[in-house]
Amino acid sequence: MRLTTARRSTLFAGLAIASVAVLTACGTASGGGDSGEEATELGDYEGSVSILAWPGYVEDGSNDPSVDWVSAFEEETGCMVESKTYGTSDEAFSLMKTGDYDVVAASGDASLRLVAAGEVAPVNTDLLKNYDGIFDFLKMQSWNSVDGVSYGIPHGYGANLLMYNTDVFPDGLTSWSAVFDDAAANSGKVTAYDSPIYIADAAVYLMATQPELGIENPYALDETQLAAAVELLKAQRQHIGEYWSDYLKEIQAFETGDSVVGTTWQVIQNSITTGNTEVVLPDEGTTGWSDTWMISSQAKSPNCAYAWLDYIASPEANAQATAYFGEAPSSQAACEFRDDCEAYHAGDADYASQIWYWSTPIADCLDGRTDVECTDYAAWTTAWQEIKG
Amino acid sequence: MSSAATPHVTAGVPQPRDTPARRISVFLSQHARVRLGLLLTAPLFWLGLVYVVALAALLITAFWTVDSFTGQVRTEFTLDNIITVVTGSLYQTVTLRTVGVALLVTVIDIAIALPVAFFMAKVAGPRLQRILVIAVLMPLWASYLVKAYAWRSVLAEGGVVDWMTAPFGGSSPGYGLPAVVITLSYLWLPYVILPIYAGLERVPDSLLEASSDLGAKTWRTMGSVVMPMLWPSIIAASIFSFSLSLGDYITVNIVGGANQLLGNLVYTNVGAANNLPLASAIALIPVAIMIVYLTAARRSGALENL
Repeated sequence: MRLTTARRSTLFAGLAIASVAVLTACGTASGGGDSGEEATELGDYEGSVSILAWPGYVEDGSNDPSVDWVSAFEEETGCMVESKTYGTSDEAFSLMKTGDYDVVAASGDASLRLVAAGEVAPVNTDLLKNYDGIFDFLKMQSWNSVDGVSYGIPHGYGANLLMYNTDVFPDGLTSWSAVFDDAAANSGKVTAYDSPIYIADAAVYLMATQPELGIENPYALDETQLAAAVELLKAQRQHIGEYWSDYLKEIQAFETGDSVVGTTWQVIQNSITTGNTEVVLPDEGTTGWSDTWMISSQAKSPNCAYAWLDYIASPEANAQATAYFGEAPSSQAACEFRDDCEAYHAGDADYASQIWYWSTPIADCLDGRTDVECTDYAAWTTAWQEIKG
Repeated sequence: MSSAATPHVTAGVPQPRDTPARRISVFLSQHARVRLGLLLTAPLFWLGLVYVVALAALLITAFWTVDSFTGQVRTEFTLDNIITVVTGSLYQTVTLRTVGVALLVTVIDIAIALPVAFFMAKVAGPRLQRILVIAVLMPLWASYLVKAYAWRSVLAEGGVVDWMTAPFGGSSPGYGLPAVVITLSYLWLPYVILPIYAGLERVPDSLLEASSDLGAKTWRTMGSVVMPMLWPSIIAASIFSFSLSLGDYITVNIVGGANQLLGNLVYTNVGAANNLPLASAIALIPVAIMIVYLTAARRSGALENL
């Protein structure tokens, strides 16, 4: 049987339409899952738990034999840990949507989105005996609770600091202006964090330098305020050598001198071997992260998940994990297992108050304004791409 | 064996047993179309599902939208993404930049590959030829990432490029678009040399001699004899380097400084922005560019000789 050209093209068109129809029908029409009920009591351990976390949060000795706080948990509870790491909050959000993970360590720029998408369940903190010891200024904050319901247990926190090359800035720095208004002095050697959430860093600077904009919270920006931040970042873009999201990349750039000033984490400063860099928490204040262990609403092992939350908040495990990552622990008791709590200003409420912890920008202004609509994370993402150009 | 024809010996061969496998085999030998159908099912399934359907899914996703807060894809038909991509100045700038980088990489690679391939195919002896082919293929044994990071340190401040150009008052171009072009040219060079080398292998030496006997000088022989025969190979090589450069985003991340190409926009929209529909719409740009490119190549008649 030989098809004529016309019949053949009809056949192909039919096939194409059919496959389109099939694809549309089996599309991703699944709505947001329900956020689930919080547990009231715990049952038997399921024998395994899968965990999604930042690199360095779940170490079982396979990266470095001396860095292991997972084995003790496995021996204690019989819950075998499977872990996966992620590189950005956005990746964590995408991975959680697969429903494959029982527990996630989420930063504030992911946690609220996870709650809104129904991917995480409320956490009954009465079932966690280590919850009481945690610093009060970390509990029930806007990034780990919604309407007075807790969605997880705080892990550790840290600030996005200003790093500078001491050869270039022998007198030191105290202001973010080195990467904004005065960036031209080191054009091509300025670096910045490669994420839409970095817009908040510009907003923090604007809070100090342009009070007439009326920014109360760097994560609650209306159209005008966002435009001002974008303008500042577009001016900064002219002088950026490179943006970083991989911290190893930033370590190398500062060691070779390709970057001389920019935003950083304490752990990066600790890793740089050339010794000609310094970090400072600038006068304007800064952004930072406060991570939360959350439980998936589709958790297959909720009891092991609760056990992990409780274990990782216990002083010794929390001290090991936060020390390895390079951040402040969540409780004073954990400092007894660390000798560097001072460097991270653990428990220093004044220091902590200068930090605007990452939070997901949403249309309902986080600062309580009701007369305007704030720009949401999608708008920030679009703005960020335009800034990079 | 001639004895097979005699009835006496045939009787000695036992009748094959009537197993299910034999019945299927008999059926298939009698029904050529069924046999062909079964043979083609697996590759066609692969081509259809994995290749065509994946592209179709990409196309369809571009017409959907994402709930900005929960991040769920909503399967409502909308042209917003396409309109955004076509009219947005950001996407126009980045598209132009990407095409510019891809063209530059292609031109540089072909300019380097032509003399190298000519030497390999026509000048080098058989032994040197084999060594050169291995040398060209050698970089493909190393991981893409290793090579890109190697260029990162080569181009770093105080790196090899700085050290080599310092006596002449130069310095490393640093991280940025020049670094991207250099790194991509390096990465895709083997893919460009090999097709051109294969094309030159097919040019008979006798033609070059005939051209020379008829009084043509080197450049005349190149222009009138070699190039027309080599043209399809050059087009094939350019398709490799051009399409590979169009989709790249890792090299740009590693040595591109603050620049972004189309691949980065797709990547951030899938990863950071969690906006699969917009990412699909952006991914259609390189697809469209390649369709135009291939159509132009086909018009020139180059593809028919492949």
